[in-house]
Amino acid sequence: MSQTPLTSPSAAGAPPENPDAAAAAGEIIDRKRRTILLRKYVPVLGTLVLLCVMYGVGIANYDNFYNTQILLNIFIDNSFLLVVAVGMTFVILTGGIDLSVGSVVALTTMVCAVTLDGGWPAPLVMVTVLVMGSVLGLAMGCVIHYFEIQPFIVTLAGMFLARGLCYVISTSSIPITHPTWTTMSQTRIPIASYSITPSVLIAAAVVLLAAVVLAWTRLGRTVYAIGGNLQSATLMGLPVARTRIAVYTISGLCSATGGLLLSFYMSSGDPLHAVGMELDAIAAVVIGGTILTGGSGYVAGTVLGIVVLGLIQTIITFQGTLSSWWTRIFIGALLFLFVLLQRTVIRRTP
Amino acid sequence: MSALLKHRLFWPLLALLVLLLSNLLFTPGFFTVELRQGHLYGSLIDILRLSAPLILVALGMTLVIATGGIDLSVGSVMAVSGALACLFIVNQPDQGALSTVLPACALGVGLAIVLGAWNGFLVAVVGLQPIIATLILMVAGRGLAQLITEGQIITVNSPAYRFIGAGYWLTFPFAVIIAAAVVALTVLLTRRTALGMLVELVGGNPRASRLAGISSRKLTWGIYAFTGFCAGIAGLMATANVSSADGNAVGSLIELNAILAVVIGGTSLAGGRFSIAGTVIGALLIQTLDTTIYTTGIPAETTQLFKALVVIVICLVQSPTFRSKLARLRRRPRPALAAPVNAEV
Repeated sequence: MSQTPLTSPSAAGAPPENPDAAAAAGEIIDRKRRTILLRKYVPVLGTLVLLCVMYGVGIANYDNFYNTQILLNIFIDNSFLLVVAVGMTFVILTGGIDLSVGSVVALTTMVCAVTLDGGWPAPLVMVTVLVMGSVLGLAMGCVIHYFEIQPFIVTLAGMFLARGLCYVISTSSIPITHPTWTTMSQTRIPIASYSITPSVLIAAAVVLLAAVVLAWTRLGRTVYAIGGNLQSATLMGLPVARTRIAVYTISGLCSATGGLLLSFYMSSGDPLHAVGMELDAIAAVVIGGTILTGGSGYVAGTVLGIVVLGLIQTIITFQGTLSSWWTRIFIGALLFLFVLLQRTVIRRTP
Repeated sequence: MSALLKHRLFWPLLALLVLLLSNLLFTPGFFTVELRQGHLYGSLIDILRLSAPLILVALGMTLVIATGGIDLSVGSVMAVSGALACLFIVNQPDQGALSTVLPACALGVGLAIVLGAWNGFLVAVVGLQPIIATLILMVAGRGLAQLITEGQIITVNSPAYRFIGAGYWLTFPFAVIIAAAVVALTVLLTRRTALGMLVELVGGNPRASRLAGISSRKLTWGIYAFTGFCAGIAGLMATANVSSADGNAVGSLIELNAILAVVIGGTSLAGGRFSIAGTVIGALLIQTLDTTIYTTGIPAETTQLFKALVVIVICLVQSPTFRSKLARLRRRPRPALAAPVNAEV
């Protein structure tokens, strides 16, 4: 990639003396625009390359790794994490962070289990937990925005609060035997000779919706603008308050949805569910190329990030000789690599 | 009276006292401290002994937060340090010998310092955000600790090692003596020399401090290494107390408790100012809360709920925006009422 000369803006601003110079200036601008465009995608492309390399290594080393069902299983086993990470993407894009997601997921599974035990109808339970997650997110967003307390500490309190509420409900695991939940966990939707679960479809719908919102709506544009520069966004008259609160609400809603999917997957509510999930979600978002200071990144990257995390686990399972704790070391190493990559990309972009 | 109310340690201290007194309701002999066989016994001593690791970790965290950073990896560093020390001891012929335990401790703390320096390198030299730089080690460190213990719980049979966490020396628990020594040394270094002021300057405005000729990079690096050192000792204590190292459990969630202790103690998360005494009180408050919950018979895990409420209230009180909004609500606040709200100014 060529280093764009710093003189190009002045070249563009100066009146062209002859058609040749104008054409040359135009070409410089074009090239600059192209490099900027390319740079925008560097982190995501990096993830994609890594993904291909890992997949290639897997296929080369292990029998049956090429089986498409292996890839689909990654989505089946991580659909809840994917949904949670999508919510996290919104928050990180505004330059914030949400540490409460794991606890909200756990709380959702607990509330599901308890209310179903109490004989509530399934649709009511689902609506209740989704509203509960959103309200928690909304409350955190309000505190963050109106009292100007760091997102880190507010969501930390939210994390404690939600986890504590789990234990207030029950200190042990509660099984879920409701027919709707059993159906959701056992149904397999055939695709050609492979199959997926309904949860994967829900996760896919969430991803698509999030991508559309971020790319083509006013809310999405404002999210990027706030992440780029909060002050400028405020001065431009963008609805900063509404949007900042909205992203935490979205994250809460996504966590609750993720919690629902986890309760389908696990068929139980457990205060110990999803401990440390916030780290996995943040890792997926970062590995997916979203820049932690905000303003740049894509939901598609987050999907790739989830697949990378899933592939690490799959490869370690296939290898058999590597113990499960290598997963965490690999995730840490990848985090380091990608944060470093982001750092160099940001430094180059003026 | 108003000067007393305005003192920034007044509210944390009051909370600690109220909490301690409320224990009398559940445990009549709560404040009795006995001398048995040359050892001090009693609930208060227990709280002190159990809070020693948290005090150490929170001490390091205070300085990191004062530089405007944060260290999420302390729990993992504790686990790594404890695991390495235990692994070394288990592989020696005589587990109880001092010649086994001392190198083991040196190894554990040494590795912890290296890990802390790695954090410092990422923050000060590479220029990563502290949350992210330390998040890397928080994730990878757990894996590293489990790699050292090979996923097992290493059990050591060494009275000398156990002494670090559960022993008594000069009638006091040895862990408390270590923690007190490290705290005293830190207070001396930061408040009797210019070091503390430099740390606050770096936290207040890194750019200005660099322009003023402070080598903020080296300082930041050193502070993170020191935090690693504190976490390393805390890891030794935590594993020595139970004579075993569990890579998964040692120091889990301690980073959050440490941050909480720092915040309770009146250190601003924005950096630029710190209070070691406040942090010690904060750590004691958290341990007392834990102990109280245990003795009252409420499910122990619900302490998190109380902690959440404490964090929210304290952050709101510290938030300038919240204070000004509150002040606007009451048009003419009486001075005595306004005092706690202005405690930080």
